[in-house]
Amino acid sequence: MEAFDPAELPELLKLYYRRLFPYGQYYRWLNYGGVVKNYFQHREFSFTLKDDIYIRYQSFNNQSDLEKEMQKMNPYKIDIGAVYSHRPNQHNTVKLGAFQAQEKELVFDIDMTDYDDVRRCCSSADICSKCWTLMTMAIHIIDRALKEDFGFKHRLWVYSGRRGVHCWVCDESVRKLSSAVRSGIVEYLSLVKGGQDVKKKVHLSEKIHPFVSVFLNDPSPVRDELQQGFQRQSNSPQRWETLKNTINKYQKNNKNDKCGLWLEWEIMLQYCFPRLDINVSKGINHLLKSPFSVHPKTGRISVPIDLQKVDQFDPFTVPTISSICHELDVISTKEEKENGTESDTKHRTRDYKRTSLAPFVKVFEQFLENLDKSRKGELLKKSDLQKDF
Amino acid sequence: MEFSGGKRKKLRLADDQRNACYPHSLQFYLQPPSGNVSLTEFETLAIDRVKLLKSVENLGLSYMKGTEQYQSKLEAELRKLKFSYRESLEDEYEPRRKDHISHFILRLAYCQSEDLRRWFIQQEMDLLRFRFSILPKDKIQSFLKDSHLQFEAISDEEKTVREQDIIASSSTFGGAQLDPESVYKIPFAEALDLFRGRKVYLENGFAYVPHKDIVAIILNEFRTKLSKALALTARSLPAVQSDERLQPLLNHLSHSYTGQDYSTQGNAGKISLDQIDSLSTKSFPPCMRQLHKALRENHHLRHGGRMQYGLFLKGIGLTLEQALQFWKQEFIRGNMDPDKFDKGYSYNIRHSYGKEGKRTDYTPYSCMKIILTNTPGQGDYHGCPFRHSDPELLRQKLQAYKIPPAGISQILDLVKGTHYQVACQKFFEMTHNVDDCGFSLSHPNQFFFESQRILSGGKDIKKDSVQPETPQPRPSVQRSKDSSSTLDSLSSALDMDLEELEELLQ
Repeated sequence: MEAFDPAELPELLKLYYRRLFPYGQYYRWLNYGGVVKNYFQHREFSFTLKDDIYIRYQSFNNQSDLEKEMQKMNPYKIDIGAVYSHRPNQHNTVKLGAFQAQEKELVFDIDMTDYDDVRRCCSSADICSKCWTLMTMAIHIIDRALKEDFGFKHRLWVYSGRRGVHCWVCDESVRKLSSAVRSGIVEYLSLVKGGQDVKKKVHLSEKIHPFVSVFLNDPSPVRDELQQGFQRQSNSPQRWETLKNTINKYQKNNKNDKCGLWLEWEIMLQYCFPRLDINVSKGINHLLKSPFSVHPKTGRISVPIDLQKVDQFDPFTVPTISSICHELDVISTKEEKENGTESDTKHRTRDYKRTSLAPFVKVFEQFLENLDKSRKGELLKKSDLQKDF
Repeated sequence: MEFSGGKRKKLRLADDQRNACYPHSLQFYLQPPSGNVSLTEFETLAIDRVKLLKSVENLGLSYMKGTEQYQSKLEAELRKLKFSYRESLEDEYEPRRKDHISHFILRLAYCQSEDLRRWFIQQEMDLLRFRFSILPKDKIQSFLKDSHLQFEAISDEEKTVREQDIIASSSTFGGAQLDPESVYKIPFAEALDLFRGRKVYLENGFAYVPHKDIVAIILNEFRTKLSKALALTARSLPAVQSDERLQPLLNHLSHSYTGQDYSTQGNAGKISLDQIDSLSTKSFPPCMRQLHKALRENHHLRHGGRMQYGLFLKGIGLTLEQALQFWKQEFIRGNMDPDKFDKGYSYNIRHSYGKEGKRTDYTPYSCMKIILTNTPGQGDYHGCPFRHSDPELLRQKLQAYKIPPAGISQILDLVKGTHYQVACQKFFEMTHNVDDCGFSLSHPNQFFFESQRILSGGKDIKKDSVQPETPQPRPSVQRSKDSSSTLDSLSSALDMDLEELEELLQ
């Protein structure tokens, strides 16, 4: 893979936004079938430009408007915000208090640094395959809950480009949820509580809620991973056994809060359970890094993760902007040699398909298919109710 | 709603229609009432509901909600005030109608500030909780349906499939068996308080809520709706307030004292001056006890203290002559010139007995008045110690009054929760060695009266004109065509404030 040099970003981004960014699919997503008038037009985007210039309240009329602006501004980073009551780029003309964030996907951000207290292999921005296991487990746990407990159907998991993952829940009803309910969902999903000053961060009450027990009892790979993950941290399988035996003995003799019924599980969960940042999820107007945005430090593209193959996902093989640009160069030069002409516009729009970005766009398209299917289903239901044939 | 000035016009409906109007003993007050009501009825309804809500508050503080005592006392109160509570009773149309209209009237009075709203919502919620808790099981589903709540009870098969999960999720189940009670399936977002703490079983976007927990959700719905409604009401309030028939009542309702006014007729002449010192330690409420002590120590009291204490003494039976003697004696001890007293202070004392000026026979201050108005400043001894004393100072005072430490903590906790009158009740209970004072304290003279009753072995002290709980017409004041007795006593209270301002000597 081509090495990434941040100094080359301006040039690389130019090429990326001209020939590789999947505008069609991107617009298809955020337009949500055009069912709600002006849904796309009222969406806030924010751009981070060269030299850390940050501009908010960007909004666009349609796909081609979006394309033109992105190509013109060449943003280093793109964030997606809420759908507002008015066009964000006109928010200054709106009467005070009338400009309100109305809807947004429910988002989660799982960041590796939140695990610093239990990672022994790396710290802060670094990751390695050992600690990425924690991330894989987190995705399993959270995704299962979102799907089976909350009934959320359209969940897009995206690699953030460096050390974490994001989840975008795009169901229609979910986009309308209030801030209070979003906070409640994060609380439901949180087992590990407390910051630096709290030693024991997981407390299980006597009765274990199904959300937790599913993992403790799950005979599937998830639980084995959990245990393995823990053992890896402890450096020895024997340590785990010793720990369990010691706790059992202690529990029999001594009843106090530190040694509740579930101490061994609590310790394990403190090591392995996902940690969520509530601030990311609760605010309707929160801005989160967009899928297919580039990470300015690593050069990696924020690509969607295939849920069917999440255990095989390797962040170190995610394409960087330099690598795909290089791939594109190679292909174009080859074509020129073969056809004697420069790639025309028709080819340009499908250029990503010839690079390592292709499989990830496919995952995204599958996600969009599901959204479409759901939407059609809903419309049919509604028209049936209205007896509209 | 229309308000008629004169005779009451009552809607006469056939029985079926009446029952259809109010199919349940409780409701969410989603629709405002229609029809006509006289001003008198308007006022009575409002006052009765204020009394009810105050009892709800008081009982909630004195007893654990849901206990036998709490339930039976609240039910007694509802029955006494003729509000609806039970589903199974016959001919409940009147009480239910009363409940409906009075709720909406109080919305007008209690939407006006954040504090008032909070208080109103809290008491209405507690009231609803109680009524719901005594609703028979078979009536619950129909009540929920009529109130447009989409809570459907799941079938037995569905319940069995999920039984273990539901039991494991809910904190309300002790054993391993699911009660034969219903389990309701509701969209998860409506069970926020339950699912956020993982206290309910979620499946595919629905929360499976056992009957015991559904109450919390219903109350939450109620609170949200009422909160919004109050905000809306506040916005349309100016239009209502411009109706001058309603304005004084609505303004005073939230501050109204609705009990006896302890005017003097029955007691006059029963107390002798040399009894006052001992009475002050035995039967005076702390506010008056501290005023008396300050008077004895400083041989003087400022205006606020003289008014509060002086009227109290009148209420316990001091005649005008006794009062003049009492105050003069004490002030002279402070080296006041007797002539100065006659010139400056005696006029005021006679005035407060209704012998000068407007000749209004002023009534002793209620707790509400003492707590809410005329905050004491430096050098003042009036006010309510539970409200106006710094907690540390209050602790010291209570220790000096020989209250045991456990009692002091209880009292301080109540003070922290701004339940000043209940704190004083606790004080009464501790100093008189009773578990339950048996009354809801709202007036210093009530404290005195109840204390004397206990100390004299429970015999009723003779009172010639024992007045019922509702205010009576006052013959001395001219009644305007549409005003009522409460307005009179309230307006005299208002007058007194103005008089005080005029006569501020210092």
